[in-house]
Amino acid sequence: MSPEIVQAVIFYFLAAMLVVSCAIVVFSHSIVNACFALLFTLLAVAGFYALLGADFLAVTQVVVYVGGILVLLLFGILLTSPLPIVLGVATRRTYYLAVAAGAAVFAMLMIIVRAFWAGQPAVPEQQSTLEALGMLLLGKYLFPFEFASLTLLAALIGAAYLVRRNDR
Amino acid sequence: MNEFLIYSLITIAKIGVVFGLVIGSVPVVVLAERKLLGWMQVRPGPNRVGPWGLLQTLVDAAKVFFKENIIPDGVEPLTYRLAPILVITPVLISASVIPFGPPVTIAGREITLAIADFDLSLLFFFAVATLSVYGIVLAGWSSNNKWSLMGGLRSSAQMFSYEITLSLSIVGILLTSGTFRLTAIAAQQAGGFWHWNMFLQPLGFVLFLLAAIAEVNRTPFDLPEAESELTGGFHTEYSGMRFVMFYMSEYSSVFVMSSVIATLFLGGYNPPFPYTFGTSWFDGAIGLFWLLAKIGALVFFFIWLRGTLPRLRYDELMMLGWKILLPLAFLNLIVTAILVALNWPGWVLGLTGVAALIVTDLVVSQILWRRRRAAG
Repeated sequence: MSPEIVQAVIFYFLAAMLVVSCAIVVFSHSIVNACFALLFTLLAVAGFYALLGADFLAVTQVVVYVGGILVLLLFGILLTSPLPIVLGVATRRTYYLAVAAGAAVFAMLMIIVRAFWAGQPAVPEQQSTLEALGMLLLGKYLFPFEFASLTLLAALIGAAYLVRRNDR
Repeated sequence: MNEFLIYSLITIAKIGVVFGLVIGSVPVVVLAERKLLGWMQVRPGPNRVGPWGLLQTLVDAAKVFFKENIIPDGVEPLTYRLAPILVITPVLISASVIPFGPPVTIAGREITLAIADFDLSLLFFFAVATLSVYGIVLAGWSSNNKWSLMGGLRSSAQMFSYEITLSLSIVGILLTSGTFRLTAIAAQQAGGFWHWNMFLQPLGFVLFLLAAIAEVNRTPFDLPEAESELTGGFHTEYSGMRFVMFYMSEYSSVFVMSSVIATLFLGGYNPPFPYTFGTSWFDGAIGLFWLLAKIGALVFFFIWLRGTLPRLRYDELMMLGWKILLPLAFLNLIVTAILVALNWPGWVLGLTGVAALIVTDLVVSQILWRRRRAAG
């Protein structure tokens, strides 16, 4: 038994989890089941990040997408619809469009990987990315970082203003 | 035997020990709660099975294995069955980052007394601990029962609101200690109780404690399972082992949350007097003893709160979370950041926190008193 074999086993486990849960997200007729399957999709992606040595990204993926956004999605669905939540069946045309869009994204990713990261090793040496990320975010990329957070804050205030009742 | 195999075996052994500790704590905490609540309410509590009723929870656990597992008509079968597992798994996983003692050397090999010890262990804890809300929401939804659904929805709204405070209140500690690694945070607090983060971050400690109680759904924040309003909340339709899983996850999350509070604010495995840990197994046991003592004190505090305070109303819960705790957490973060940047000594930080707590208490009680007087 060696670390490589264990890594391979984990990789294939995550890959299977990702593919199966993605299929459920796409093909399920119950929106809650789709949401629920999306949980496992996002967890599998976090697992891939961790496997590739991007520890901070992996944990942030879980905190933001799984712990925040998906709970909001579920909350919205449960709060707005009555219990037997069934989605309409997709038409043939949406299927074709979806397949085309998926193929386009796949092609784009392949081009990026082949063109820009051709010579680099798949897994960088294992070290924590926390310090380097912090230095970059609050040093070199301080302005984009702060700009993004200000934009998000403005969006938040705007949303809070929009949902306010006007009966006063 | 190669190095990797030995490492794997040690990790598996550690997983076994921590799993046993967390699950084994459940009957102890349940019994302690029943006995202490009995004592606080001037009644005997369980006193029939074994000496002083000490075997009561063991007998209850044995009984539960033979209970019928009912799946009501009209539930979503798959999610209904998965939900209890989804509630208890994150609790057990999040226990993996807690340092139960100082590093020890056994047979010439240094062993960390935490299953996983990596740079982001604190963030990992918060990431995983929030996952149990899925189990609760899905249990509430798949039960096809309006009370269950309302319990699930309350739970998710409460989790959102208090998670922000929970995460923000520890940023102060991150600033003063300069690390995300739980073992390092615990090790930094060695050398007597005056080195504990509780005195460096009094405001952060109180905020974290309150938000933690809300996160583990304990009274006075147990609205998701308010029995007088929701007939049990999200687990109304559950019975047998599935119900017990919810029950176990609730009590083991009390244990895990207490151990994290102890590690972050109460010195972790360090005794309250100056003591230099060696690397023998005995020193590891001393560390474990002190951590368990602190967890015991925190669990007692949780039970004490349950025996003292009534449940909050829903709007009160939201007001407390968003209008009082969250701004205070931001205030704590800003003040700590300024004082750390100016490099002022730790006692200034501690005194500022205590002053902020006193001012908040005065202001809030003043507002509540005025409101009550205005209402007549």
